[in-house]
This record gives sequence, C-alpha cells and structure tokens, in this order.
Amino acid sequence: MFPFPTFPEAASSIASSIDLLYLFLVGISLLMSALIFLCIFYFAIKYRRGSRADRSGIRHHSLAIELVWSGIPLLSFLVMFFWGAWLFYDAYTPPDDALQIYVVGKQWMWKIQHPEGRREINQLHVPVGQSIKLTMTSEDVIHDFFIPAFRVKKDVLPSRYTSLWFRATKTGSYHLFCAQYCGTNHSAMIGQVVVMEPAEYQMWLAGGPPAESMAQAGAKLFERYNCNTCHVGGGRGPLLADLFGSTVALENGQIVVVDEAYVRESILLSAAKVVAGYQPIMPAFQGQISETGVLQLIAYIQSLGGDSDSAQP
Amino acid sequence: MAAPGPSQEPEPREHYLNASYGIRSWLLTKDHKRIALLFLASITFFFFIGGLFALMIRLELMTPPGDLFTSATYNRLFTMHGVIMVFFFLIPSIPAVLGNFLVPMMIGARDLAFPRLNLLSWYIYSIGGLFTMAVVLTGGVDTGWTFYTPYSSTYSNSQVALTVVGVFITGFSSILTGLNFIITIHKMRAPGLTWFRLPLFIWAHYSTSIIMVLGTPVVAIALLLVGLERLLHIGIFDPRLGGDPILFQHLFWFYSHPAVYIMILPAMGVISEVITCFAHKRLFGYNFVAAAAVAIAVLGFLVWGHHMFVSGQSMYAGMIFSFLSFLVAVPSAIKVFNWTATLYKGQIVYSTPMLYAFGFIGLFTMGGLTGLFLATLGVNIHVHDTYFIIAHFHYIMVGGAVMAYLGGIHFWWPKISGKLYPEGWGRLAALIVFIGFNLTFFPQFILGYLGMPRRYHAYPDEFVVLNVMSTAGATILGVGYLLPLVYLIWSMRYGKSAGSNPWNAKGLEWQTTSPPSTENFPITPVVTEEAYNYVPEPIGHG
Repeated sequence: MFPFPTFPEAASSIASSIDLLYLFLVGISLLMSALIFLCIFYFAIKYRRGSRADRSGIRHHSLAIELVWSGIPLLSFLVMFFWGAWLFYDAYTPPDDALQIYVVGKQWMWKIQHPEGRREINQLHVPVGQSIKLTMTSEDVIHDFFIPAFRVKKDVLPSRYTSLWFRATKTGSYHLFCAQYCGTNHSAMIGQVVVMEPAEYQMWLAGGPPAESMAQAGAKLFERYNCNTCHVGGGRGPLLADLFGSTVALENGQIVVVDEAYVRESILLSAAKVVAGYQPIMPAFQGQISETGVLQLIAYIQSLGGDSDSAQP
Repeated sequence: MAAPGPSQEPEPREHYLNASYGIRSWLLTKDHKRIALLFLASITFFFFIGGLFALMIRLELMTPPGDLFTSATYNRLFTMHGVIMVFFFLIPSIPAVLGNFLVPMMIGARDLAFPRLNLLSWYIYSIGGLFTMAVVLTGGVDTGWTFYTPYSSTYSNSQVALTVVGVFITGFSSILTGLNFIITIHKMRAPGLTWFRLPLFIWAHYSTSIIMVLGTPVVAIALLLVGLERLLHIGIFDPRLGGDPILFQHLFWFYSHPAVYIMILPAMGVISEVITCFAHKRLFGYNFVAAAAVAIAVLGFLVWGHHMFVSGQSMYAGMIFSFLSFLVAVPSAIKVFNWTATLYKGQIVYSTPMLYAFGFIGLFTMGGLTGLFLATLGVNIHVHDTYFIIAHFHYIMVGGAVMAYLGGIHFWWPKISGKLYPEGWGRLAALIVFIGFNLTFFPQFILGYLGMPRRYHAYPDEFVVLNVMSTAGATILGVGYLLPLVYLIWSMRYGKSAGSNPWNAKGLEWQTTSPPSTENFPITPVVTEEAYNYVPEPIGHG
C-alpha cells in the first residue's frame, strides 16, 4: 500500500499487544481529529462572511457542553492510562524462569556475556521461546538498549543495574540500537539480536573459544581478591551460601534484599550497608574491579544458592 | 470584505517609530514597543541560524550512511539546532516580541511596570546570545540540547561550559520578562478592565510568566551544577565522583517540561485573539479557556517524570507521571473544542492570520493526540527516544508555537508597522508552511514507530524513503519561512497604510493609531464591556 513499511517486525511475546494498543490510539486519534477537522471545515464554509446561513440564537457558553467535551476525553484517557500501565507492569516483571544474560555498555559498543561464559560484542544470541532477562550496566555514560522488533527499551546507566526482559517468538536477526545519545559514535553503537532454535543456541554456546562460566570466573576473582578469608567460615564477614535473593537486616534496622544492586554496592562501597552484627572492616573495591568482574562475582554468589529465579544452571 | 482595503484615515504624523532617530534612541529606549522590535530582530536572526542547522541535518539524513558530515559535526548540528531554537527562539518568541508589544496596549497601559528592567531583559538575552554565537564559532557543542549527564559533565570534548553559561544568562531574561508581565497585569489594567474582561492573550501570558518565574531558576541551577562538575570536578551527577546522573534529568525536566508550556500557552493566546476577530464572534466558553491556561501552567509542573519512563525510575513513579500527563491533556482538549465551537455561527474571513490559526488547530491537535501515545506507558517504551518523539514535539512547537507566532506577527503587523502586507503572498506563504511542515514531520511518526532512534547520524537502509520525504518537506518549509521575511520587510516601505483598525477587531490595541504613539493612548481608555464583544453584522437578503 505504501512504498515504505509502517510497522516494524513483531518478534516478541509483547510486540503484538503493544501494536494493538498503538492501533487503538491511532483509531481514537483519527476519530477525534476527523471530528474536529470536519467541524472546522463545515463551519468555515457554511459561516463564511457573507453567506446566508442562519446565525440566530448564538450562545457563548454552556456548562453542559463544556462538561461533555471534558468528560468524554477524560474517560478515553483513563482507558489509555490503564491499558498502557498494565503492559508497562508486564514489561517490568520478568517471569521466574527467565534466563539471565549480562550486558555492559561502553562508548561505543555492547559487551555481552552469557552465564555459561561465552562472550560477544554488538551481537546477542538468544534461544526462541525462552524468556530472557538482561541485567545491564554501563562503564561510562548513559546508553539505552533498544530492540524495535521486540518493542523493548531500557536505559543502561553507569554504576547502576537496570534490566529488561523479552521472549522472542520468531527466529531471525533483528536490529539492536543504542537509543540514548552517548557521544560521537552513538549511531554506530548498533548490533544484531540473533534468535535461534534452542538446540542451535546450545551449539552456539558451546562453540567459540573455550571459556569458563561466569560463576567460575567469579570464583577465581573471589580468591584473587582474598574474599574467602572473611566470607568463608571465618566469621568476620557474612557467609554467602544461600544468600542471594534473601533479605538481611542492617545495623539501623533497615531490611534490604540481597539483589544484584546490593551485592554490587557491598563490593564497591563496602561500608554503605553493613549487615547487623558485623564491623565495617571490608575494603572498598571501587575502581579495582571492572564492571564485568563485578557481574562475574555476582554470578558466583548466585551460584552458591539462594533465590531460584536467579540461580545458575 | 475578504481583505482590508487601503485605509482612508491618514497615518499619524508622529509615532513610536519616528519619535526619535539614531542608534542610541533604539539601544537606550525604554519603550516596550521598541524593545519588542529589538527582540524581533534578535530572535529572527536566531531562527534562521537554527533553521540553517536544521536544513543541514535534513541534508545529511537524505542518505542512510553518514556521508555529508562527520559524526562529530552532525552531533554538533543537532545540538546547536536544539539549543538555539529552544532557548533563543521559541521561549522568547511570542512573549518577548508580541507580549512585549501588546501586553501594555491590551490592558490600556502606557508601558510595562518596569521599562528599564524590560530593556535589561533584552541586553541579558543578547549577552546569552553572544555566548551562544561564540560556541558556534569555536567548534560547537555536542551534548544534545538536553545536556544529559555524565556525558555533558565529564565525557564531552566540546564547548559545554560556554553553552551552559549562555543558557544560564538567557534564563534571567526570561525571569525578568515574566516578573514584569505579572506585575503589569496585576497593577496597570485600565479602569473597568476586570480579570474576566481581559483578552485571553493576557491570561496566556500571565500563566506563562508564572512558569518562567518559578521554573527557570531550577534549570539555571541544574546547568550551573553541570558547569561546576565539569570545571571543578565536584561530584553531583557523575557516579565516578559520587554523583547521580538521574538527578540531572529530574532537575532538567522539572523546568524543561513546563518550558514546553512557555512555548505553547502564548501561542494559544494568539489563536484566541485571531479566531474571535476573523470569526467576528465572542469566544465560546471564555471562562473555561482562561481557566485551562492556568490549569496547564499548574499541572505542567507535575509531569516531568514522563521524560524518564525508560530511565530506570521506579515503575510506580512511571505510572503516576503517566496519569498526570493524561490529566494535563484535558485542558488542552478543552481549548481546541472551544476554538472550534467559536467558529459556529460566526462570520468567517479566510485572512492570512486566520489561515495560520486553522493550521495551528490542526497541527496542535495532531501534536496533542500523539502526546497521548507518549503518555501511554506500554507504547512509550517502544517510541521513546525515536523519531516519533521528534515528530510529536515539532508538531507542538513548530506546528503549534511557530504557526501561532507567524499568525500573530501577521495579525498585529499593521499595528506594529502601520502598513498592510500583501494579502495574497501572505496566504500563499501560510499554505506553503502548512504543506511543507506536514511533509517534513508526518513521515517521522512512522519512522519512529519503525524504530529509528533520534540523534542518529547514519541509519539502516530501510528508513530511506521516509527520510527523503522529510528532507523534501524541509526545503518547502524553508521557502515558506523565507517568504514572510521578504514581503514583511517590503511592506514596511511599500505597503499600504493600515489605519488604526484594519481588521475591524475588538481589543484596546486597535483603538489607538497604527503605529501607536510612544504613549500608546492619548488618554487612558475606560473599559465597559467584555472581551471580544463582537456584534453580528446583519446579513443582506437578496
């Protein structure tokens, strides 16, 4: 119908529901603008100066009319709000069985590591039909991970974890864009998401140069930084087995969940939130461990057990 | 009478334009009308500089690879386009030119409350403008007009500090203008001119002034902090220095969302004046339109978080900001419906300003409706930071604010210059602007939904057709903007004499001579009727 496409490919579980809401909005917009434009044209022609149209009984205000044309839009806006918020809630809530993949953005590339250890740059390989949760951070400025075919997007921030999830429904190769302006080569910070059959994905994971899993790499870092002197048996620091995903109490009575953000903070700025009963004696590792290294340590701590939805295979 | 004929009344012998001569009489003037013209010259200059950058952006995007400029240059082009158009054209456009000229005249006053402060506003604006021109000439700035941290505060290798100083300074011009308007509107109305007899142009400027006074200091502080972090490495926004990059976005949008209303509310004021005049009818629902302006000003301060739906802010914050954004759409819808209802049973003349007003309603409606898409959370995730948002805000700021600005300039040109512009050329230019605008920006909605991110120097091949359409539209739009510049200047010398009220309009500004005397009115007018008290003309039979 047009010499150009009007919809991007829909290749994720949420894509068609976002498109449906979009079409609803297009429909309402067409209806409202048609109504307004027809009125303007009709009035402008019928009541042009010099026309003999009947102009008796002019009114300059009407509370009833004002309430009607405030109320009807308000009601339709409420429909849009709730429908949109419902989809937003879904986009914020990854399913429990989601597979974790880690993303680190930097000027101007995407570094991705799968828990089994395989790394890639500016490419993301995922199995079709499997929910994927990306845990993302940036080494420098704010970036944004955007896959139009999946209708997902989330900013990627320095010193903070954000996440997004999707379930690809069609195999193929799709655009990956950085959507948050990040400097000179922003428009070159692009790549490809490759959706494969699960068996193919397993083969792909096993391919490439031999790599240790993220948890194994994390275990090595754990030793290299002598974390084991306090966090294994010693009693000077909290034990880490079955810790991830649980809650701990701090000295001031605050309860925090042991998630990626908390572990990260406790490694880099160790004195920020010390668990009740322990002394703030741990050195701060800020500036000593790379973002990838921190993610590997988190993967290691997750592999020690705890909350099932983040546990490693 | 479709177009005004040459006036029978003689031009006044002495008026504000010839009351004194020489460069000093302009640079040291305290006359609000002359200051308005100083602003007119300055913002027109920046409009065409900013427009030139826009044209270069569109030329680059005609082909998918980045082949005309380097990425570094391209990033500077869109940043300079945004900074200049937002801070040096759109924000001052209607308030500083038309508002300056008309606020005292519409309320029957001799000048603004603080004429010297008014002149200072122009000087402050000009100093800020000089900084910005210095930025342009020394290599430009590449942060985007939004100055997001930590890119702007730590990583960018461009003239960030000079730019934020320029914008910081210009902010004070805006604050002083707003302050001047608020006090003038409160204290200097003519006898009998009660609040609910005020023209809606005045209500719009009152609401705008409140935003200027309350909002501008916040963005000024945010930009100052960017400068401090950049120059002195005080950790505020960069996490490496212990700062929080999202904090900047809160501070920036706390002003910059209301700033959108600084641009559009005065435009709405212009449209209310033009439509009532050329429909020759009182405005339908005056109280609702006036209250809607105030409601927009107030609610506009509560929606900044909708710029941050994908920033990682809490899901519940996202939901609250989404809800409030829908609420602020209601008063805008009320205004559109009331303008449309005003046409009903009117006596409509298709004059140049009226064509711009029709264009405004159409484009603002489309801009407003696409704003609903962006307020809708699920859809926002997909179109956020794509060309969809670029198209949306150009429909509001160019389709809305610039159309109204041009409509207003044409409407009051006879009052400002004492001359009539060539009506045929005026209508032609309005038509060209409307067509060029839609061809430029409508394809960008589709590009955005397809997923083309904003601020991309190069893009995948499948987006090329829509980008070529957009660039073609931009050249047409450019012609549409150049035409009025030519024939308005021409009319100053060769135009027919306008007479005091060529449109047969109500409103105090039309009761004095064109151009007005320095004092505006020979004696202070007394107001005895409602605004827009147009009396229907008898319709001939046979």
